[in-house]
Parts: sequence; structure tokens; C-alpha cells
Amino acid sequence: MLQLRDLQKTFFPGTLNEVRALRGVSLQIDEGSFVTVIGTNGSGKSTLLNAVAGGFFVDRGAISIAGRDVTRCPEHRRASMIGRVFQNPFSGTAPTMTVAENLALAARRGLGRGLRSLLPARLQKELRDRVATLNMQLETRMHNPIGTLSGGQRQALTLLMATWRRPELLLLDEHTAALDPKSADQIVRLTEQIVSQHRLTTLMVTHSMQQAATLGDRIVMMNQGSVLADYAGAQRRHVRAEDLMRRFDEIRRDEQLDASAAEMLRENYV
Amino acid sequence: MTLLLSAWTIGLILSLLALGVYISYRVFKFADITADGSITFGAAVAASMLTRGVHPLAASGAAFLAGAAAGICTGVLHTRFKINQLLSGILVMTALYSINLHVMGQSNLPLLSVTTLTTYAQDLGRWISGHDSATLLGWPVSARDLGSLLLAAAIVLIIAFIAWLFFNTNLGSAMRASGDNEQMIRALGVSVENMIVLGLSISNGLVAFAGALLAQYQGFADVQMGIGMIVWGLASVIIGRALIGSDNVGAALTGTILGSVLFRLIIAVALRWGLNPNDLKLVTALFVFGALVLPMAMQKLKVRRHAAAA
Repeated sequence: MLQLRDLQKTFFPGTLNEVRALRGVSLQIDEGSFVTVIGTNGSGKSTLLNAVAGGFFVDRGAISIAGRDVTRCPEHRRASMIGRVFQNPFSGTAPTMTVAENLALAARRGLGRGLRSLLPARLQKELRDRVATLNMQLETRMHNPIGTLSGGQRQALTLLMATWRRPELLLLDEHTAALDPKSADQIVRLTEQIVSQHRLTTLMVTHSMQQAATLGDRIVMMNQGSVLADYAGAQRRHVRAEDLMRRFDEIRRDEQLDASAAEMLRENYV
Repeated sequence: MTLLLSAWTIGLILSLLALGVYISYRVFKFADITADGSITFGAAVAASMLTRGVHPLAASGAAFLAGAAAGICTGVLHTRFKINQLLSGILVMTALYSINLHVMGQSNLPLLSVTTLTTYAQDLGRWISGHDSATLLGWPVSARDLGSLLLAAAIVLIIAFIAWLFFNTNLGSAMRASGDNEQMIRALGVSVENMIVLGLSISNGLVAFAGALLAQYQGFADVQMGIGMIVWGLASVIIGRALIGSDNVGAALTGTILGSVLFRLIIAVALRWGLNPNDLKLVTALFVFGALVLPMAMQKLKVRRHAAAA
């Protein structure tokens, strides 16, 4: 379904700020699987998601979605295959436009946009019906600017928008990180429900071990721009949040060891 | 009364400029100074065609297309060549100055002896009042002035209605969303770059159309007539926003038109009361400055009061 081959990306190459964000990431994700990606800050997990979405082109490697090579395909052309929810609840919706208008824009994701009316009566009814399924009483606020809604409400609507037309691939970029615990919980449940209902192939980045351990059927752990561990199948079923935590502590200790070893060598030999 | 009538008419004609500025400035947050060049471009194209005997409607339509082409240039400079917004506009505006001189062949082109939309307006006024002069609310006015006002109002209404329809289509909504949240609309499969180019072309098309109408109304096209017009447009858009504080498309379009007319009336009154015409642009600039700064100052005051109360 999604195939990533040896992705490499360096930001600001040749400068003091050079960052090797992806150092040869290969990953194959099967149709219908729900993969969570975890890692520390700067591990490259969000960069990986952005590379798949087309926010930038990779320096090396290839990306293909549903058998189509999209490595050199600009972001807005990949949109026909990809549904996205961002970390910032403000990123996924156009604030001054109404709830109905935002949803109607999403209903044409990846399709041509001509001179037909955005909100024909038939679509308006469908929009209201599906918003009602969220159980957030938003169906009464269809004609309010979406910017007047709370972060949790906007994120729920963004999720609905991303999956309005069934995407080949759903990308979730720490989409509960900016929400209060209660809203985050609500969005997690909604995510589970939508993903399983439409059997969506999903790639979700999260910094929450708890989420990674409870959601999805595969966990990819990243560190310093490469894949460190990949728990799938039976192995995945036995992973608990504490196991993931322990694994991260090990990494941190290794890195500190590297640093202190280097310090020792310098003191002794330089 | 004639003064008032003419202020209304010019206010309406320039409301098309304001609608153009609404698209660039409110929809895209793009301060597009191309408008200064394209309003003259529209006037120049229409005037030179009119003196060659082209039908006024065709000449005005050609002015729209010419402005649209100028807008495309600015859009392409900005999106494809990554030139800063303001600089893209300045480049095109500057280039247009020479082009305008070429189009007109001289720096001022009179239209007094040719058939223009004003000729039709005069006929319309005569047809309504029955003779060369009419009475409006008890005041004597000329048929030409009355007809011009009615014709300008009709044209503006039709164009505003078309703009309203457009902004509620799939394409027009995608355009609004491009200005509102780039990241979101890209993720929904729209090329923001193409939207900017299309938006600027419509915007400058409207501005040039306003130029064509203005030239026909005042009876000449002049290579200098565009100077400071962007600020006029901004003033109208800002007044419109203040009059109708809503982001709803219909309200925003209505507000922009009312803003243009109101601003023109204020200026007419100020001139009548002895404002030196040389100070006009200065006053306009100061006004826009005030309108831009005032909301911020009010916000600060509110926060401070809130803090004091708490």
C-alpha cells in the first residue's frame, strides 16, 4: 500500500544548521493496517509524515502509494490519495469560513473545482447528517465560522473532512497533542471508530506511549532519522507502554554513554 | 446637488476598484500595488479603442482583459519566480507606466468627441426625465449626471452579484480558503499558486474595468490617473469592513461597495468645506494609517481595562 524506500532528507545542507532529518528510512505498510510512529523530539517522525504528504521532496529514495510512484509529485496532487489531520487544530480548517463550507471543500478533495455551487441543498443535508454522527451538537452550528469552535471540535471536524472521501492513506500528525485531556480522549475514540469503520490504511505520529500501545496494529519506533524498532503481529500484541518507555530509556543511556565516552577519550588523549 | 451626484457616481465606479482590492487584500492578504498601474491600463486601453471607433462595451471588456493580463504577470512573478508580493506589484506597475504611454500614444487622451458609455448614460437620463434636465428630490440635475449614476449603479450591482455567485462556487470557495488557510487547502488538493494567479487576474481585471468606466465618465484617460489608487481601494475596503463587521461574502462585498461610496462622499464634503485638493492623497494615506492602527490600539485599551477591572 505505502512503500518507502531508503528515504533521505537533509535540511540546510552545508550550513551550520544542517540537520539530517531522515537517514535512510524504509518502510512497507499493508492495506488496512494502522501504524503508529513514536520517537523523541527530533527523531524524524513528523518529517517522515511530511515527506509522505509531499510537504517537501526527499533528497534520495522513493515513495509510492497504492502502486503509484509519488516521489516527485507536488503536495496538492498527492491530496487525492491522502487525508490529513495536523497537530495544530487551526491548521486543518479555514477559520473565517463556515463549518458547512469547510466540509464541502473537503468533500471535493483531489477533485476538480469548477463553477458549480459549493453547497447545493442535497450536499447540505448530507453534511448535517454526518456531522450529527459526531454527537457534538455541531449540526446546529453549520453556518457559524469554524474559527468560533473549540480546538477539540475543530479537530473532530478535520478528522471528518480528511476521511469524507475515503483516502488511500490517512496521515495523523500528533493530532491530539494540542488538546486538553478530555478532548484528546474524544478524538482518539473518534479516530479508532472512523479508521475501523472505513478500514483505512493509517499512519499516525504520536509522542504518547500510551496511545501508541493502545491504538493500531503496528508500532514503528524512530530515533535520529532512522527506524529503530518495528513491532508487528504477535510481537505488537505484547507491547505495553512501559516496554516502549524502557526502550527509550535505553536509547537515552546509550547516547549519554556515547557523549561521556567521547568526553573521556578527549580528556585522555587530546 | 451635481457635486453630490458626481461623488455617488465616482464612488460607485471606484467600488469596482475596491472590489478588486477586496480580492487581493482581504481574500489573499496580498497588498497588490499593481492596481495603480492597471487602473490606468484599463483607462488607456478603453480610451485608445474608443477613439478608433470600437463599441464602448467592447472597449470596456477589453480593458478588463488587459487588467487581468497584468494581474497574471504579478501573480506569476510572485508564485513562480518567488519574488516578494509588494515587489512583484511594483515591477508590473512600473512596467505598465511605459506600456500605458505606448497604448495611448500621448500622456492624455480626451474622449469628448467619441461615443462612450456616458453617451448611453445621457440617452438613458433623457429617456427617463423626458428632456436634458431633470429634477431629483426637488433639485435640478442634468440628464447626463442622472443617467451616469443609474448606469454605474446597474453595472456595479450586476458585477457584485456575479462576484457573489463566483465566491460561492467550488472554485471561488477554494480561492477564499487559499487566503484563509494555505496548508489546509493544499492538503485538499488545491494549488495555492494557481489560485493566487487567478485571483490577482480577476482583481486587476476589475480594477482596469473601473479605470475604463472612470475615463469614460470624466471624458479623458491620463497616464497619471492611477497614482495612489491602491490606497483609495484599501480605504474603501477598510471602511466597508468597519461598516459591516462580518466575513460572510455577501456582507463583505456589500460593505466594500458602501465603503467606496461613503469614502467618496466624505472626500467630496471635505473638498466642499475647503480641503486643499493637493492634500487629498495625504489625507487618504493618513486615514488608512488610522484605520489600520485603530483596531490594534482599541484592543490594547480593552486588554488594559480588562486587567484593571480584574
